[in-house]
Amino acid sequence: MDRDEIYAKVTEVLVEALGVDEDEVSPSATLTGDLGAESIDFLDIVFRLEKTFGIKIDQGELFPDNVAQNPDYVENGQVTAKGITELKAKLPHADFSGLESDPSVENVGEVFTVDAVVKFVEKKLNR
Amino acid sequence: MRWSWIDIITDVEKGKRLVAIKNVSMAEDVLHDHFPAQVGPAGQALDPAPVMPASLLIEGMAQTAGLLVGYTGDFEEKVILGKIVKATFEREVTPGQTVRFEAHLERMDPSGANTTGTITVLDHRTGRHEHVAHVELIFSHIDQNMAGTEFPEENFVFTDNFRSLLRAAGMI
Repeated sequence: MDRDEIYAKVTEVLVEALGVDEDEVSPSATLTGDLGAESIDFLDIVFRLEKTFGIKIDQGELFPDNVAQNPDYVENGQVTAKGITELKAKLPHADFSGLESDPSVENVGEVFTVDAVVKFVEKKLNR
Repeated sequence: MRWSWIDIITDVEKGKRLVAIKNVSMAEDVLHDHFPAQVGPAGQALDPAPVMPASLLIEGMAQTAGLLVGYTGDFEEKVILGKIVKATFEREVTPGQTVRFEAHLERMDPSGANTTGTITVLDHRTGRHEHVAHVELIFSHIDQNMAGTEFPEENFVFTDNFRSLLRAAGMI
């Protein structure tokens, strides 16, 4: 399956799971900020990706759990340098450029763009 | 048994499906408000029109499917309805009818589960079973998803409300 096909299917998943219009979905759109995803939606998205692509996604593999509450990652409302390094290692598909320039904990969700989900699926399928 | 929208469990297969039944009765307060006698647009008196609220049929399915998820995990997790993924209704349910909820477990992992279910109704006047709704739900195992938030140690989801149903079905 090539990247365009994956993108089209991921778009379908997000339209179904988040009730957004297809034209709201773009590679750089963030799931929480732009598409309005809430925490339970991440579970929905994971279930749908598994079904659509026939893959198995472990808990925390695509979206890490509870970064904001993790004292190893967050200090005084800011994601620590160590936190960013570890998250980057765990989530090579995500886009950390925004979080690196402003490491406020509210920006953690911004690393999950549509493109990050597409990259994640692509890697899973090619493994 | 206040917030119990199923009356009895009739079938259960751990990890697969659970079937529950509810008899809809005029003794239920909600049916007197949904909908009461009204005055029509031309000033004419309209009879009361008791209809089982669709939202409570979804709740009945959530209880049916939630028990299936809980039972499959040996009631170790606190299973909370996280999301109504889809609910499509084709007909209304009225007093005197028997509702049948059948929930299927689609997927379950440490963080939660998703279920699909059908609601059908037995109309005792005709003896026919009719399709009412299709409902897809997502449940969260909250202790796995809300780290940093303290919840009581005891399982407050599967309380006495449900225990007598579970006992009657031989599930506990």
